[in-house]
Amino acid sequence: MNSISAKLTDLPDYELIQKGTGACAGCPSPMGLRIVGKALGTNAIMVMTPSCAVASIGMMPKSCYDVPTLNVCFASAGASAAGISGALDVQIAKGLIPGPKPVVFNWVGDGGTYDIGFQGISAAAERNDDFIHFCYNNEAYSNTGVQRSGATPLHAATTTTPSGKNEGKKNMPLLMLDHAPAYVATASIAYPQDFYKKVAKAKEIKGFRYIELHAPCGPGWKFPASETVEIGRLAVKTGAWALWEAEEGRLTISRPTLQLAEGKTKPSPLADYLKVQGRFAALMKGAGKEQAIAAMAQSIEKELAELLARSKR
Amino acid sequence: MSRQIATGNAACALAVKAANVDFIAAYPITPQTTISEKLADYAAAGELTGKYLTVESEHSVMSAVAAAAATGARTFTATSSQGLLYMNEILHYAAGGRLPVVMVNVNRAVCAPWCLYADHQDSVSQRDTGWLQFYCASHQEIYDSIFLAYKVAEQVEIPVMINYDGFLLSHSMLPFETLEQEVIDNYLPVRQPAWRLHPLWGGTFSNVAAAAEYAAYRHKLARDTREALPVIKAAISEYEKLTGRPQPGLIQSSRRGQTGTEGQTGAEGQTGAEGQAGAEGQAGAEGQAGAEGQTGTERQTGAEGQAQVYLLSMGSMAAEMELAAEELTRQGISTAALKLRVYRPFPAEELAALLPDGSALIVLDRNLAYGHEGGVLLMEARSALYGCAKNIKIAGSAIGIGGQDLPVSLLVEEVRRLLEVAKA
Repeated sequence: MNSISAKLTDLPDYELIQKGTGACAGCPSPMGLRIVGKALGTNAIMVMTPSCAVASIGMMPKSCYDVPTLNVCFASAGASAAGISGALDVQIAKGLIPGPKPVVFNWVGDGGTYDIGFQGISAAAERNDDFIHFCYNNEAYSNTGVQRSGATPLHAATTTTPSGKNEGKKNMPLLMLDHAPAYVATASIAYPQDFYKKVAKAKEIKGFRYIELHAPCGPGWKFPASETVEIGRLAVKTGAWALWEAEEGRLTISRPTLQLAEGKTKPSPLADYLKVQGRFAALMKGAGKEQAIAAMAQSIEKELAELLARSKR
Repeated sequence: MSRQIATGNAACALAVKAANVDFIAAYPITPQTTISEKLADYAAAGELTGKYLTVESEHSVMSAVAAAAATGARTFTATSSQGLLYMNEILHYAAGGRLPVVMVNVNRAVCAPWCLYADHQDSVSQRDTGWLQFYCASHQEIYDSIFLAYKVAEQVEIPVMINYDGFLLSHSMLPFETLEQEVIDNYLPVRQPAWRLHPLWGGTFSNVAAAAEYAAYRHKLARDTREALPVIKAAISEYEKLTGRPQPGLIQSSRRGQTGTEGQTGAEGQTGAEGQAGAEGQAGAEGQAGAEGQTGTERQTGAEGQAQVYLLSMGSMAAEMELAAEELTRQGISTAALKLRVYRPFPAEELAALLPDGSALIVLDRNLAYGHEGGVLLMEARSALYGCAKNIKIAGSAIGIGGQDLPVSLLVEEVRRLLEVAKA
């Protein structure tokens, strides 16, 4: 365990996740939501779109989430959260609902963020609506049985890219940063304290906030349930996932990624990250393996250099 | 009360402003746009009681207002045509979620090909989304229906879609009477939902349901929709009492004294100008010539008692149909026009009650029921009257599609043709 690993015992006692979640063993969604609950507290309203997080909620009338939740349609997160937030403002001002205003947040997967929900989220960011959008990014449509999304990385096999994805992923966090919202951050399931601090910071900011959580999916990425956190950590240590935050547009690279970007720490070998995931099996067995991995590592290096340059603007 | 002359869309916006709405989401589409613009003007002038949010699509409009309604807010939006179709998924969601959104749909043809004019294909194609649907034939009905819609929606917890014809009503200038704010506030107190999406109320909304729970839930929506009919009637009666203004019932006959729905005032001697609305197709003030000093909503023609022929339709063409009924009566065929104000829930018993034994029902639809003759209202009417003990001949056709003009002469000709069909 490295030095920035979280001591969860130091965080608030509140548990957003109740007994009876239907999530797969090792699922990163409840792990992430647990931290979100601790950071935001009980005066919060959650919005979800179709995803593993909804499929695992438990059957009506029960729920494993101890927070008022609205399960909206797939493309609706941006507008629905805006509607809730705006309607709360008015009704609190009119005295119809007592304050203080609950924190409104979306808990949405990468499909609901990068793809079908993008328009609504982009528009909410442009309007600076007052809510936090969390994208828990497991790099595929895991809920429907692992199909490619705009967040699926190059070469990853999914049920709709059986021989590996031929395209890279969008850089959604940077796209959101270019909307100039109040706060944007990336986080990892393997760095819960870093995630907690970012959520706690976002809570105190008004306006549109975007936090993307890298969330390795065992059944989707083909690794054992016990390895979620380790694989998340490898993603950060190899630079495959970068941790940073931006307040009012000023980008700051978070420590583990900064060490890599500044060359103070050597990235872990990318092959170590790829070989433990079955979704890259074809790549790892293929003839062009070394070349492909070298190209991927080069692309990571370039992204880190760009991030570093942006952080110095 | 004050009398105004304005467009249908302006009448709508005035009513929305007065309805103490908490949250409005807007996205432009012709011919609805001037409602959203007017509401934006009110918001900019600080005259709106609620938040006005411009979103980036109709899908987002309905996503926003449905979610806002879940917090307990009174919500409004307006759309037309493609915009309504684009909302489809969330229309189901709002009804299933029992979220009492009120929306105006300014009826317009759907593509392809593109057409901007009055046609009911947009709204009738959303029939089975679980929304209540009202149709207006005059500016007065547009203004009054906003308050009625909130009254009903919040009581039965089912969203309401108010429909009126693009351009014919939305952009034509016609007189209507507004109400004092105090009267409106009495009729429409602040919404007090039993539950809100909020930590103080708690709970999860729109959870995943097993078949048994899902079925029970959806059957309840279907039952509550049917049981909304008496609620609507009561809401109309209360509105009449509070405002002293006669209101059209679920189905309004142009015949004096013939109501088919209890609790309706006779509207004796009233010949409201709105009967002219669609017939002119244009805003021309000259169409109002005879309207001076008249206050009533309802046009009831000279003839009393039962007719032999009944013309069923909805929207502005129902007003045109009253003129056609007069003409046919003059020609010796005793005819009454039936204006359907409430399409969902469908007032089947009220329709059957209005029709005397041995009469003919001619149904004219401004929409097409593809794969079937005529439009959906013809199917609805046949279904409503099937098994009815009375002998009623029914025929109908689709007419006025894409805003095709409907002069009285054309309507009379079409009704005469359909009467032959009905006999055969």
